[in-house]
Amino acid sequence: MKLPLYLDYSATTPVDPRVAKLMCDCLTQEGNFGNPASRSHLYGWQAEEAVENARRQVADLINADPREIVWTSGATESDNLAIKGVAHFYHKKGKHIITSKVEHKAVLDTCRQLEREGFEVTYLDPDSDGLITPAMVQDAMREDTVLVSLMHVNNEIGVVTDIAAIGEITRAAKVLFHVDAAQSAGKIAIDLEAMKVDLMSFSAHKIYGPKGVGALYVRRKPRVRLEAQMHGGGHERGMRSGTLATHQIVGMGAAFAIAQEEMQAENARIVSLRERLWDGVKDMEEVYMNGSHDQRVSGNANISFNFVEGESLLMSLRELAVSSGSACTSASLEPSYVLRALGMSDELAHSSIRFSIGRFTTAEDIDQAIEQVRKAVTKLRELSPLWDMYKDGVDLDSVQWTAH
Amino acid sequence: MAYSEQVIDHYENPRNVGKMDEKDAQVGTGMVGAPACGDVMRLQIKVDDQGVIEDAKFKTYGCGSAIASSSLVTEWMKGMTLDQAGEIKNAAISEELALPPVKIHCSVLAEDAIKAAIDDYKSKQ
Ligand SMILES: Cc1ncc(COP(=O)(O)O)c(C=O)c1O
Ligand code: FES
Repeated sequence: MKLPLYLDYSATTPVDPRVAKLMCDCLTQEGNFGNPASRSHLYGWQAEEAVENARRQVADLINADPREIVWTSGATESDNLAIKGVAHFYHKKGKHIITSKVEHKAVLDTCRQLEREGFEVTYLDPDSDGLITPAMVQDAMREDTVLVSLMHVNNEIGVVTDIAAIGEITRAAKVLFHVDAAQSAGKIAIDLEAMKVDLMSFSAHKIYGPKGVGALYVRRKPRVRLEAQMHGGGHERGMRSGTLATHQIVGMGAAFAIAQEEMQAENARIVSLRERLWDGVKDMEEVYMNGSHDQRVSGNANISFNFVEGESLLMSLRELAVSSGSACTSASLEPSYVLRALGMSDELAHSSIRFSIGRFTTAEDIDQAIEQVRKAVTKLRELSPLWDMYKDGVDLDSVQWTAH
Repeated sequence: MAYSEQVIDHYENPRNVGKMDEKDAQVGTGMVGAPACGDVMRLQIKVDDQGVIEDAKFKTYGCGSAIASSSLVTEWMKGMTLDQAGEIKNAAISEELALPPVKIHCSVLAEDAIKAAIDDYKSKQ
């Protein structure tokens, strides 16, 4: 069976073969399998050295001190540790948190949990480009605000938050600032020496490292305190207990080192592929790129094909591995909460497809995707009563629909 | 998700796609669903003097199962009397297409569309 063409790099990436090789060297008896916390023999020392080397590689990509990196199981855990850790440590100072409606569930559900514990959370609405602006954050600030948590790059629409400017506001107000950088690390330059971000979440599997490992950056100056969420042997300076997974961590370090080396050239190539895709479909009528076109990460193209329903479009695009913002089959019968937060009409939100392009995508892949998308959209529009009505000049908002 | 062969067949080769003149007294039109829900089905029937459905057409905005359900019922309805068509139940549709539980509502939509088309036709007589 021919495998579908992978255009879902925002969901996850394959491990870079160079990374996989290094990981394999940390598993077997002949390899570096020791427990990095073993202080009494060479096996432990070697494993510790590998882990500390990886810590430096991660820190280097974001211009941080290695001592500011805490290993976790992924960005979900990092988000939990950052948000709950800050809320629980600083709750006497205040109980108000600011985040946005377009955050990843790892942030939103964590905030919901804190609401159940008595915290108050403000969920900012993005503008129609999907952006949270510094002014919105400024306006939401209160006396009792202790934390602002925003994502650097949105996983669905790829737009980039101006975290440098927001950091100035939070620092001036002495409010902590957490950024989920799962989708931006290795794609956008991050300088934590310059930016006033206090906590930052990372994941390895979005940048050609393995799944199941991530990190949380915790600033030392000015010092950020956290209440641990995982208790045990006191690893990671007490912030996250649990034996470190040497092979995973080595993989994450190597992936970050490669990203640092190749990011610039890779981004240029990927942007040109994304523009090739957009140029290949944008001349069809009623096709929209969702989210800011300019303030956008290189690999993401979230496109709505109006009057075509997303799930049927995915069915026609069986030879492409892409994802849909539509979720009619899920219990909710609702399109993506991110697209809705942009104020998009439900029809448009239901008709969106996220293409995400990455390291192993070629120009031929994009050309093939364009051909299949054009064919599918044309076919489904011929089947669509909404397309008919649009062509007849009927205003769909004026129609009395029978919701069911 | 995996689709049944029957759904794929109707989806790849939908039967009776098209549109009839809504104003024609012989034509009944049923449009159900809403864009906000991600599905809109338009089903039309043309009825002869004997009350027999001589032609049926559809257009559907929705998932593959919704498209297949509407395509299937246009095939079934041709040659049926209005009463027979009114008896078509969503369970028969979902059984024929082997729809999984989460897709039952797509067949319900098709049943609703049939009823709406028949009602529209009757209201014109
Ligand atoms: C923005 C964002 N945050 C968090 C996560 C979760 O990361 P992980 O899979 O490493 O837990 C993802 C990926 O799904 C993401 O895109
Ligand atoms: S029409 Fe909603 S899932 Fe089929």
